[in-house]
Amino acid sequence: MTETLRPKVLVVGGGPGGYVAAIRAGQLGLDTVLVESGRLGGTCLTRGCIPSKALIHAAGLYEEAVLAAGETGRFGIHLGQTPELRFSETVGWKDGIVDRLSGGVGGLLRKAKVKTLTGWATFSDAKTCVVESDDGVVTIRPEHVILATGSTAVELPFLPFGDRVISSTEALSLAEVPATLAVVGGGYIGLELGIAYAKLGSKVTIVEAMDRILPLYDAALTAPVSRWLEKHGVTVHLGAKALGQDDEGLLIKTAGGQSRLTVPAERILVTVGRQPLTEGWGLEQMALAMDGRFVKIDDRCATSTTNVWAIGDLVGEPMLAHKASAQGEMAAEIIAGHRRRFDPVAIAAVCFTEPEIVSVGLTPDQAPEGVETVVGQFPFQANGRALSMQAGDDGGFVRVLARKSDHRILGIQAVGRHCSEFAGEFATLMEMGAVLEDVAGTIHVHPTLGEAIHESALKALGHAIHI
Amino acid sequence: MGLYQFRLPDVGEGVAEAEIVAWLVKVGDVVEEDQNIAEVMTDKATVEISSPVAGVVIAIHGEVGGALPVGAVLVEFESEEGSDVAAPVTPAASAPFEAVPTVPVAAPAPAPSAPAAPAKSTSPATAPRPASSGRAAGEAPLAAPSTRRRALDLGVSLIQVPGTGPAGRITPDDLEAYLVADGKLAQGGSSRVARTGVNDTRIIGLRRKIAEKMQEAKRRIPHINYVEECDLTELESLRLDLNEHRTGDQPKLTLLPFIMRAMAKALPDFPQVNALYDDDNGVLHAHEGVHIGIATQTPNGLIVPVVRHVEALDIWECAREVARLAKAVRDGTAGRDELSGSTITLTSMGPLGGIVSTPVINHPEVAILNPNKLVTRPVIDGSFVTVRKMMNLSSAFDHRIVDGYDAALFVQRVKRLLEHPALIFMD
Repeated sequence: MTETLRPKVLVVGGGPGGYVAAIRAGQLGLDTVLVESGRLGGTCLTRGCIPSKALIHAAGLYEEAVLAAGETGRFGIHLGQTPELRFSETVGWKDGIVDRLSGGVGGLLRKAKVKTLTGWATFSDAKTCVVESDDGVVTIRPEHVILATGSTAVELPFLPFGDRVISSTEALSLAEVPATLAVVGGGYIGLELGIAYAKLGSKVTIVEAMDRILPLYDAALTAPVSRWLEKHGVTVHLGAKALGQDDEGLLIKTAGGQSRLTVPAERILVTVGRQPLTEGWGLEQMALAMDGRFVKIDDRCATSTTNVWAIGDLVGEPMLAHKASAQGEMAAEIIAGHRRRFDPVAIAAVCFTEPEIVSVGLTPDQAPEGVETVVGQFPFQANGRALSMQAGDDGGFVRVLARKSDHRILGIQAVGRHCSEFAGEFATLMEMGAVLEDVAGTIHVHPTLGEAIHESALKALGHAIHI
Repeated sequence: MGLYQFRLPDVGEGVAEAEIVAWLVKVGDVVEEDQNIAEVMTDKATVEISSPVAGVVIAIHGEVGGALPVGAVLVEFESEEGSDVAAPVTPAASAPFEAVPTVPVAAPAPAPSAPAAPAKSTSPATAPRPASSGRAAGEAPLAAPSTRRRALDLGVSLIQVPGTGPAGRITPDDLEAYLVADGKLAQGGSSRVARTGVNDTRIIGLRRKIAEKMQEAKRRIPHINYVEECDLTELESLRLDLNEHRTGDQPKLTLLPFIMRAMAKALPDFPQVNALYDDDNGVLHAHEGVHIGIATQTPNGLIVPVVRHVEALDIWECAREVARLAKAVRDGTAGRDELSGSTITLTSMGPLGGIVSTPVINHPEVAILNPNKLVTRPVIDGSFVTVRKMMNLSSAFDHRIVDGYDAALFVQRVKRLLEHPALIFMD
């Protein structure tokens, strides 16, 4: 059976970019169709942000329990016996969360009167799309197209995915915790998962080609993470290259090419980046201008073809769910006739490592030339709430960068347990164009970790109280 | 009196310097506020720079053809509006940017005995439009997302808006003040917002038919238009009398039946006007019968039903037929034969008829008449001014078939018939 739909808006991809675009379009009364080949929620919800955070949370709890079962106990808590990890149940619990959220997205789409098709969309030209779904073939000729196809994990030619070589997707659904795990790529995905498995009991080795982990962040921010890795027996090979695999595990060349060695690895997790999903759905038929490997867009997410819009990982860095959602919401509003422009001052980025890192805007070493700046840094060690939840002794801090002349905040970062929740305040400060005095003049609640933000501004102004 | 140094404002996004194209003032000139004083050119556009104050020019800086960096002193004035608060000799320590002094800080220093502003307002922004935004050249304006959104909706570039907040931040009040000063908003800040939506409608059905027909007519036919004024005083008095004394089965008469009868009377002498031109085959079909298309507005658009053989109808029959067809097309009950076969068209909008119109010929016809609005107005009659009922008669002819001379003769004949209505009824 062939059916032809002529909606106002077709959204391709049901991830955090696409589903938000579709819901917003539906709210605005636009006749909208969403096509998703897998489950609603996309990478973020089904094989990225959400399941990884669930796994990280469970791993943290297990680590605490192991500590409590140890000789010294934990805060006076002594478990009588070593805790038992039934990993399949952990994965099942995680899957339950994913199910709940994915179902929730479906409900929200229905509420917004969006028609959702499950199937693979293929374009034959910029405004004609064929979806092969379980219910038959559907041809869609929309007035507007929002492309939100997302991205996939980059594969290394000498370490193709399959068997024991896995991507982040498989790492979130392993049958059991591997005794040894080699992680190729010391970016945030590799570290988040590597640290989680280290807590779950794997012997983890991280292989990074650059000379430090998390190369996108400055050394001061990543130092507490490095320390945690060292303290917890995670081996880190910096400046090293993965070469391939042998029976024992991962074959690498260490820094300077001095020696080759084999990292024992039951599983090899390759996290060397993500690439936009530009193949297999007819992008080449749509005559869209490209910007490198990404689809080229302007500040309204308009592509080079009229009424074709593109958002999220498909259009460039940063490949973050919240950027995709913001673009999706905006694209829907533009289609509805609103005047919008994608002009964030800053997009916050977070690493759920141990400890966590959050960064917005410029770091001190990125300060523009010729601009005099001040930096205020305040350690969690001097924050009561941090100490009360064992979040003060890993070297974490809040650091704010401001222009010296008028104290405008140029960037603000933190590293420390639980500090990912600062992302909202940080982004608000940047978007509102805050100056140090704004932060200093805002009473921050005691006892909370957020007091460290207040103190960092006071420090930059030269009068921190608790340090 | 004080020295006012006017610095070259930020004239556009990312422009660091501008070339002086022309000086519009010289030293010693007295300038008014907002008077243009110089033209400068960036790589994007030529911009006229206006004076933020009234005063006497005491120095100008820069030669024509020379480049001046944004923020450099352009003109120095002796101004009554108080001296430039942050004179460059002693830059105020608190001033965040070099460019700030160019903002006339007029708000806190209103003239003590200035005449009251037309509308009372607590807004400080009755001040002259600030000449500069108070930001370093090329620096992105600093404003909260809600403020940026509102500016975008209103089509205001925040680059132009001076920020009074810390670090030059543009507060919601700053934007409001700018809009009021710029006349974009009524004082007190009404909630007017630019509408930017576009509603697309597919042109289908009757509307598409009309569009195609009009396009065809205009593409094929070289129109010639002719307008003449007609004195309808006599005809109107006849019409009113007929209406007053009509019998129960006689319809009320409008002007149309008279014009139709006049056309039927005149056309036999102008056979090429009552004709269909088959331009593809180069044949003109001149019709003996007069079949007048009556352009009729319906809820869906323009439809032209046809009164056939007007030469064989009397005035009452014409009126009855026009009324019947108008009802039929509005009901959608008009048949195909009632909608085709016209040899000439008459279009009238009655009181909406305007003074002059340029009607579009109903292809493949070659002529269309369009009476305009009937008005009572003074007319010179000999050496007296008299009051007459006058109406313009607009027309269009296919110039391939009808020469201007013949078109004029035809309209003059119709005019004569309308002005002396007895002629319409004489055989």
